[in-house]
Amino acid sequence: MMAMYSEKVMEHFKHPHNMGEMEDADAVGKKGNPACGDVMYVYLKIKDNVIVDIRFQTMGCAAAIATSSMITDLAKGKTLDEALKITKSDVAAELGGLPPLKMHCSNLAADALLDAIKNYREKKKAGAA
Amino acid sequence: MMEVYLDNGATTKVDPRAVDVMISFMLKDYGNPSSVHSLGQNAEEHLEKARETIALKVNAKRDEIIFTSGGTESDNLAIRGVAHKKGSGHIITSKIEHPAVLNTCKRLENEGFSVTYLGVDKEGFIDIKELEDAITDKTILISIMHVNNEIGVIQDLESIGRIAKEKGVIFHSDTVQSFTKVPIDVEKMNLSMASFASHKIHGPKGVGALYIKKGIGIDKLLYGGHQEKDLRPGTQNMPAIMGFAKAAELMTDDDLARMQKLRDRLAEGILDEVKDCFLNGSKDKRSVNNVNISFRYIEGESILLHLDMHGISVSTGSACSSQSLRPSHVLTALGLKAEEAHGSVRFTLSRFTTEAEIDHTIEAVRSVIPDLRKMSPLKKGMEDMKWDEVDHDHA
Ligand SMILES: Cc1ncc(COP(=O)(O)O)c(C=O)c1O
Ligand code: FES
Repeated sequence: MMAMYSEKVMEHFKHPHNMGEMEDADAVGKKGNPACGDVMYVYLKIKDNVIVDIRFQTMGCAAAIATSSMITDLAKGKTLDEALKITKSDVAAELGGLPPLKMHCSNLAADALLDAIKNYREKKKAGAA
Repeated sequence: MMEVYLDNGATTKVDPRAVDVMISFMLKDYGNPSSVHSLGQNAEEHLEKARETIALKVNAKRDEIIFTSGGTESDNLAIRGVAHKKGSGHIITSKIEHPAVLNTCKRLENEGFSVTYLGVDKEGFIDIKELEDAITDKTILISIMHVNNEIGVIQDLESIGRIAKEKGVIFHSDTVQSFTKVPIDVEKMNLSMASFASHKIHGPKGVGALYIKKGIGIDKLLYGGHQEKDLRPGTQNMPAIMGFAKAAELMTDDDLARMQKLRDRLAEGILDEVKDCFLNGSKDKRSVNNVNISFRYIEGESILLHLDMHGISVSTGSACSSQSLRPSHVLTALGLKAEEAHGSVRFTLSRFTTEAEIDHTIEAVRSVIPDLRKMSPLKKGMEDMKWDEVDHDHA
């Protein structure tokens, strides 16, 4: 099982970055994975359209946890538009690849981030109106 | 770090005494039991002794045991053997069988046979009345496993055998997980056929046996020489067969009693201390070596890998660790929701498991589970989760 994951995946799985709930988040993104039943939450703290802090909570396999951790690293400090450009293949590549059967886990992270940004923009629009 | 192997349901360490026997059948007594010279006849004698050893374990007769390459072949030979002999008809099995039985039955459906897959209750038992009602005049075979490999539940083979006898239907059981651990009596259980595998009982891999009651006619799978009552051609794998028979002799009642005590210590040590978890299967009618627990809000592969970091080997019924991304068919048949099967962990003990190993495992579980839960959004988020469709085909 260990051998099927890259060292990088195992590193993020063992010591995930930016893990945990954020009480005062400006936006929350949630995504469920119907294939295997996993769930990810992404919490964003946003200032002047820049992601100044990001946290995640994930219930899933090692690949799901590692991709969650990696996407928070990739998104932190980026503008919302830049963050939207992060793809699941970027995340998988940064992790040194994922086993083919586990590629779908990286959807979870990218989609949850997308959901969070969408929710933030909708909230802002509603607030402005 | 302490190494704790608790995946003995998958396979076991070979007992060194079985290894010694195997070596001598490679280096010294390496004859072919079909040969007429003394070296061959010596092998033949040992082969028959091994047959007797296996037979005695299940109250069968020596000439009712044939050696195969393992559990999968024995299941295939039994089920396909009856089906092809009869040519057509109806088979009754259960939803919680091992794939060696399930996929054989599915294949036979493609060949025109009809199959009833009996469901189970929440502890994993088939309903004997439902089985009886499923039998028709077309029914040629009942195949119900003894001990389930995932949840350890023990089916009531005696009651099933009674019905099979009354109705005159051939009765096969996959007894791979129960052999040497739960008593098997082919007479009392009225078994027509039973499958065994060596590597689950501290014997070598790639060898097993099938009990076939005298008078039960089956077709063979392979064609060749006349070995094994003309049902299983090919020169017998003597070193493996001798190692298998040796291993079968070694399990004692003391071993079983100790395993059961350690099993209960493990189950209680986890269930009493860890929140939001429950035992899968039956509390009482359970194999002496199986503990299967579902931990809510977390996923099995993550648990497995974290325990692995503590030197502990277990397995899981989580969808994430299956090739199909579907939760275990056994846990699903119990009525578990996908998210409950998700956090399932199977611990399977062996004769070699020690109290210190069990205590190390309890301690590791108590620290790993809360750690993973801190990472999980589910505990609070379960209700408001929206299960959006994610397109996996493009993954
Ligand atoms: C219940 C059951 N039946 C059949 C098998 C298959 O046995 P083998 O691996 O020897 O082919 C196994 C083991 O995987 C099992 O647990
Ligand atoms: S999260 Fe289920 S397979 Fe990765």
